[in-house]
Amino acid sequence: MNLFRSEEHIDRWLAGRQAGVTLTTRKLSDLAHAWWGDRVAPSWQPRSREQNQAILTELGLTGTFWQLA
Amino acid sequence: MDDVDVSLRNVTYRLFVDAGRAPTAAMVAEAIDTTVDGVLQGWARLHDAHALVLHTGGREIRMANPFSAVPTAYRVRADGRRWFANCAWDAFGVCAALHSDGTIEASCADCGDPITIGVRDGQPDDPTTLFHCLVPANQWWDDIVFT
Repeated sequence: MNLFRSEEHIDRWLAGRQAGVTLTTRKLSDLAHAWWGDRVAPSWQPRSREQNQAILTELGLTGTFWQLA
Repeated sequence: MDDVDVSLRNVTYRLFVDAGRAPTAAMVAEAIDTTVDGVLQGWARLHDAHALVLHTGGREIRMANPFSAVPTAYRVRADGRRWFANCAWDAFGVCAALHSDGTIEASCADCGDPITIGVRDGQPDDPTTLFHCLVPANQWWDDIVFT
């Protein structure tokens, strides 16, 4: 889960490996805030896989790559 | 994860954030008036539940996601402290978890050029940098350190 200057840099880093998924940092930040925003709350409770999947879906992160199971 | 383990997990995170570094089992044991062995057994259950990640040997915290207990290439300044994150996602996650603006200092995984991104009100000030996730979601925990 890395940062890159551009698509060209990602392609070079992949060096022929199958690509995963590329996001803008704006989308990544949205994901991070939805995913981690409750992480140090004193009342934190574990989320179910379905709840985690729903977070991804709400951000439009759907498809096989984003299936948690 | 039962209520006792949730409480242990939440105390562990609180101590991590309060101190700016991972607590030892002894620190947590003192905070909740239990034994070090009791904490280590609880941490092992939390590790198995993916609620935190222990070093090999199981006596020290490696990750309390999004925070890293060890230095990494993802450094974050937020909430008046410096933190290490486990990856790019977690770097933004540190700001999210602390509900704080921040600055992420990392580098391009390809060329090594420094990348600095400010996060203000939840949004990056550099929208041109890209994030790439190589590992599909259903394999993230196969090797969480690699992921």
